[in-house]
Amino acid sequence: MSIEKHLHSVSMARSVSFNEADHSPPGDPVDTKTVGQVTVASPVISARHVNVHYGDKHAIKDVSIDVAKNSVIAFIGPSGCGKSTFLRCLNRMNDTIANAKVTGSITLDGADIYDRSQDIVQLRARVGMVFQKPNPFPKSIFENVAYGPKIHGLAGSRADLDDIVHSSLQKAGLWDEVKDRLDNPGTGLSGGQQQRLCIARAIAVDPEVILMDEPCSALDPIATAKVEDLIDELRENYAIVIVTHSMQQAARVSQRTAYFHLGDLIEVGPTEQIFTNPGHKLTEDYITGRFG
Amino acid sequence: MTNSVPTPSISQQRVAASLKRRYAAEMRFRAYGIAAIAVGLMFVAFLFTSIISKGYSSFEQTFIALDVDYAADTIDPEGKRDHDTLANADYQAVIKASLRTQFPDVEGRASLRHLYGMISNSAEQVLRDRVLANPKLIGTHATVWLLADDHVDTFFKGQIDRKLSEADRPISDEEIAWVDALKAQKRAELRFNPAFFTSGDSREPEQAGVAGALAGSALTLLITLLLSFPIGVAAAIYLEEFAPRNVWTDIIEVNINNLAAVPSIVFGLLGLAMFIQFFGLPRSSPMVGGLVLSLMTLPTIIIAGRASLKAVPPSIREAAFGMGASRMQMVAHHVLPLALPGMLTGTIIGMARALGESAPLLMIGMVAFIVDVPHGLSDPSTVLPVQIYLWARSPERAFVERTSGAIMVLLGFLLVMNAVAVILRNRFERRW
Repeated sequence: MSIEKHLHSVSMARSVSFNEADHSPPGDPVDTKTVGQVTVASPVISARHVNVHYGDKHAIKDVSIDVAKNSVIAFIGPSGCGKSTFLRCLNRMNDTIANAKVTGSITLDGADIYDRSQDIVQLRARVGMVFQKPNPFPKSIFENVAYGPKIHGLAGSRADLDDIVHSSLQKAGLWDEVKDRLDNPGTGLSGGQQQRLCIARAIAVDPEVILMDEPCSALDPIATAKVEDLIDELRENYAIVIVTHSMQQAARVSQRTAYFHLGDLIEVGPTEQIFTNPGHKLTEDYITGRFG
Repeated sequence: MTNSVPTPSISQQRVAASLKRRYAAEMRFRAYGIAAIAVGLMFVAFLFTSIISKGYSSFEQTFIALDVDYAADTIDPEGKRDHDTLANADYQAVIKASLRTQFPDVEGRASLRHLYGMISNSAEQVLRDRVLANPKLIGTHATVWLLADDHVDTFFKGQIDRKLSEADRPISDEEIAWVDALKAQKRAELRFNPAFFTSGDSREPEQAGVAGALAGSALTLLITLLLSFPIGVAAAIYLEEFAPRNVWTDIIEVNINNLAAVPSIVFGLLGLAMFIQFFGLPRSSPMVGGLVLSLMTLPTIIIAGRASLKAVPPSIREAAFGMGASRMQMVAHHVLPLALPGMLTGTIIGMARALGESAPLLMIGMVAFIVDVPHGLSDPSTVLPVQIYLWARSPERAFVERTSGAIMVLLGFLLVMNAVAVILRNRFERRW
């Protein structure tokens, strides 16, 4: 999907927090208060005043943002701006890092995921994740996809499991390429196929949200195009959060875009608005390529 | 282009000039490497040649054929044929009679004693077993191959120079004459000696075997493996995957590393004080030996296990966590299969060291002279390295070949053990 088509096809909803009349964005470069449309009508995930500290480093500073159902939100920003860190807060992957401390609240369907009663295994079954580098398990293609349903006990029988694997691979657009070699190792596939295998693996447990951390950064343009098409199709069933370095990719696949800068969420809003009429000086500088 | 040869720039000239030096350095390094390997191989070849050339003869023993007369009036004069009579009969007398028949010219007490000494004193046991198995033998004649005594055997194998003066060799002139006579009649020959592999230690070299030490080593290592592998792997997994990083785990890590460097005899003293004196476990037993060697092997396995867990790419852990695997599932399903080959390598190294260890076992009494082959974990026993040590310090010439023979058995044991481990490791080995 081209950016032009995209920009024209989506209605021009405007944010309320900046002055439309003023053509040049009013944001002061040192003012890091979030501008744009933080909230959405039907959020699946709502983050409020999230702060992340890695030891002494304040990696995420008071970030509030909603993730909408059946839509793709892209996190963009320069390297080290905290977008991946924030993404990993959404399924508590930061728990594995010893000195990371997360404060604030993140709710999934209204329930705080950092609450003591939240089971982390269940959370990750509801919020799947696809990583930057394709990381299939060193097992067969079938085993890769079947792993999630197996550990969560989703399949009642072998036939159920076969169905889940089949439909997941089909949804990930990989079925036709691998149907004859499900017993081959997942690590023997090409990079793009491996990444789609990881997506199939994530959707096999039927999550509500899929987090993608730069899923195409290790892929060639053709594989990237396939994954992007796939993301667009997956939007029908899942909420998707994608971190990307490519502004073109953000424009192509997402409905909303959030711009992070040095741990601050600078601006969030409909994608076409961020790219055509950014509300903050920093956003404009970044998308026009003045830095990044 | 043909008439305008481009002159290389200064930097290209410098590159060209440095190439020769760089290639020379590489060639030198290769030469050092090849030389080092060649020297290593030479020593290995020397070691094996030395051991095998000295030790192969221990697998053969000199046997002497005697025409045995199972005389009824010697074995069972009263004709009762019951077990007690047959078991307690004087088979030594039967052998002496046979020897006198073989060499009727020998007279005089000293000469007769020499003559009787030609046959190992295990021979009467052989005859007793035959008669007990088949009492109908009594009253018949048969040719029986009996084990020669060790000094005859040593001479027969050519390890004693017959040109030495009689006083300087352990075999007398008349004995040499008898051996030559037997050889000429094809009544003395070298045969495969199964007793070397089936009997325990003995004061008589021709009867001594490695079975006791072999069984002791096998039982001891079994205990060591059963204790140190699961505990070591579990400790490595806990410390690497589950334990928090804090002062306590740092202290534990430092202590494990230090334990790996503790001299093994210290573990022997610890075992003596703790297992034998405090817990009262039987001394000289494979159980205590295995416990002591486990203490010694554990740090090696833990360190190797942690290293191989660290080498598993973090992306695999993230993938498993991302799928909602619990920490235990992440470890059991993904990390452990990838780390297992490395852990097995560490275990091979640790077990090989344990197999060759003698010092700590001396401390717990496994150096005792033990004739019986151990059948249980609490039976007194010794192990192969200690058996080698015991034989190496024995004065009899015949123990020299036994020492080398036992070393060959030890190396064979090691080879088999490592081969099994390598096969297991290859079965688990996966790439990612």
